[in-house]
Amino acid sequence: MGSVTDLEGLLRPPAMEMPPYPPKAITLASGEEMIVRQASREEMPTLLRAIYPLLLVERDYYDIVAARLYSELLAYKRYRVKDEYVLVGLIDGVLAGLVNGRLVDANVGMSYHTLTIRRGLRVGSHLFAAKMEYHIEHIGQEEVLIVAESPIGFRRWMIEYPLEKKYEVQHELGGVPSWVLTRKTYFDAKPRLVSGRRPVAADRLAGASAIRLPGEDAVRLQVTGEKGGRA
Amino acid sequence: MRPVYIVGAGMTRFGRSEWPLVDLAATASLAALHHANLGKIPVDAVVVANMGAGRVNRQTAIASALVDRLSLWPAAAESVENGPASGASAVKVGYQAIASGMADVVLVTGVEMMRAVDGLEATDFVASLSHPEVEYIYGVTLPSLAGLFARLFMERHGVERRHLALVAIKNHDNAMKNPYAHIHQPVTMEGILTSPEAVVNNPPIAEPLHMFDCCPVSDGAAAVVLATQEVAAKIGAPRVLVAGIGQATDTHAVHERQDPTDLKAVRLASAAAFERAGLKPSDIDVAELHDAFTILEIAESEAAGFFKPGQAHKAIERGETQLTGKLPINPSGGLKAKGHPVGATGVAQIVELAWQLRGEAGGRQVAKAKAAYACNFGGFGNNVVATVLRKEER
Repeated sequence: MGSVTDLEGLLRPPAMEMPPYPPKAITLASGEEMIVRQASREEMPTLLRAIYPLLLVERDYYDIVAARLYSELLAYKRYRVKDEYVLVGLIDGVLAGLVNGRLVDANVGMSYHTLTIRRGLRVGSHLFAAKMEYHIEHIGQEEVLIVAESPIGFRRWMIEYPLEKKYEVQHELGGVPSWVLTRKTYFDAKPRLVSGRRPVAADRLAGASAIRLPGEDAVRLQVTGEKGGRA
Repeated sequence: MRPVYIVGAGMTRFGRSEWPLVDLAATASLAALHHANLGKIPVDAVVVANMGAGRVNRQTAIASALVDRLSLWPAAAESVENGPASGASAVKVGYQAIASGMADVVLVTGVEMMRAVDGLEATDFVASLSHPEVEYIYGVTLPSLAGLFARLFMERHGVERRHLALVAIKNHDNAMKNPYAHIHQPVTMEGILTSPEAVVNNPPIAEPLHMFDCCPVSDGAAAVVLATQEVAAKIGAPRVLVAGIGQATDTHAVHERQDPTDLKAVRLASAAAFERAGLKPSDIDVAELHDAFTILEIAESEAAGFFKPGQAHKAIERGETQLTGKLPINPSGGLKAKGHPVGATGVAQIVELAWQLRGEAGGRQVAKAKAAYACNFGGFGNNVVATVLRKEER
């Protein structure tokens, strides 16, 4: 029997080299600026707190996305998933959305989830595009495996890019088989779906250095959009 | 004909609702009845405007259901389906009932729950109003018709995408002041048009129309209480007179029109409404136009007679249609930002104008509003109801 440290070595997946995601700034429809940057492992507890209230929101499949994302971020925090990364979108330092994924190998990426908190400004589209940009342009992969759990996701990824079926591959999230974004698909879609400015000015980046969370009520209202029914 | 007054107005917040359809209608109706404060005066008839509940919500005979939900038996009840102009048509039916002497008090409620289905099905359900043989079967949708219309209209009149963006920005700003609006999100010229990111923020829907040129798909309900002069006097309601209603039709298929950019039905319906009201477009202090697409606010404002052809976009540039401008248009946020639950829209326009004339519009109140105009645009302009309201001084 080895020591506890030895056992941890067996439980913890070996990591591949991953270049950092260079932050960028995006002007949203509202005129607000969203900073997209990579979130560190140390920031996972903050993100877990942001996701927690969404675990029981059925609308638009937020519950299943939040539940799975929660486990993925927790696994990242505690070194139980291989080569995961997380990108966040911050408006005035406040979390507007996040995306995550991981590397299957040097050439193939796997998209996990996209969760938008600030809705109506295409924050999810921008963040998903940033995720694809990371895999294809910065890590230099050939393709990214993708599935959608909601009709909104299906429209945004499968139809809007559009993605190709790769049904011979089962995505790790289970459910439906994989779709794939290839380098060609990415560069074809880039002019209309990928945007942002680099480098981000130091003061702007400093303003996005700490993740602030919107209040739980604000999150629920923004996510559900539930306003009808009351006079 | 007897004069008809609006003595109560109410609505639900537009957006997404988890409530059953009739509960949503009942909520707006109760708000309007509470506003009217009728006491023991009975409601003689209930008219409900709805376009798609039979298909989208699997519910028909909504007026009968609403009467029952509100315990208004034995009031007469009927539903009106006239596409996106259902709301104003229902107001017209209520108006006729009172003007003719058949009723003294009529509750008119518009309701729609479009978000019970996904966006694609909602778009298809609305598209079913187009011509079945020469439009719908070829995949025509309302955004595609509006795109074709916009391209031709813009080319003829020198309208540019920035003019459309100005309409969107104005209406989103107005909606920020309207607690009943679906969208509480300001947009900027940079964000939706001039920044490099605008291509992602504001993707094309049907060129030249982009996402922020199109109204959202909404749930919601709105209601007004119409009454005779005697009832209005008895309850002491502010005197908001339905001064004139006009309605006109045009060819079902847009391509059969001599000039597709001439909104003839808007022109004729508006002229009839103004004539009955004894007013001119220049007498109007505030207007609610059917801006399901930003281009329609521009085109309707010309067809209604507020601006000469080709001049509306210039007036928008000068800020004349803003809340503090010469003729504030869509202070509610319009369909663009207040939302567009199709059957409720025409009633909601009248609700907003009644509040404006009563001085009850809060942060979006148009100063000294005495005369108001609404355009409820059915089909793609093939069935239009125009309404003119006037505040009577006591």
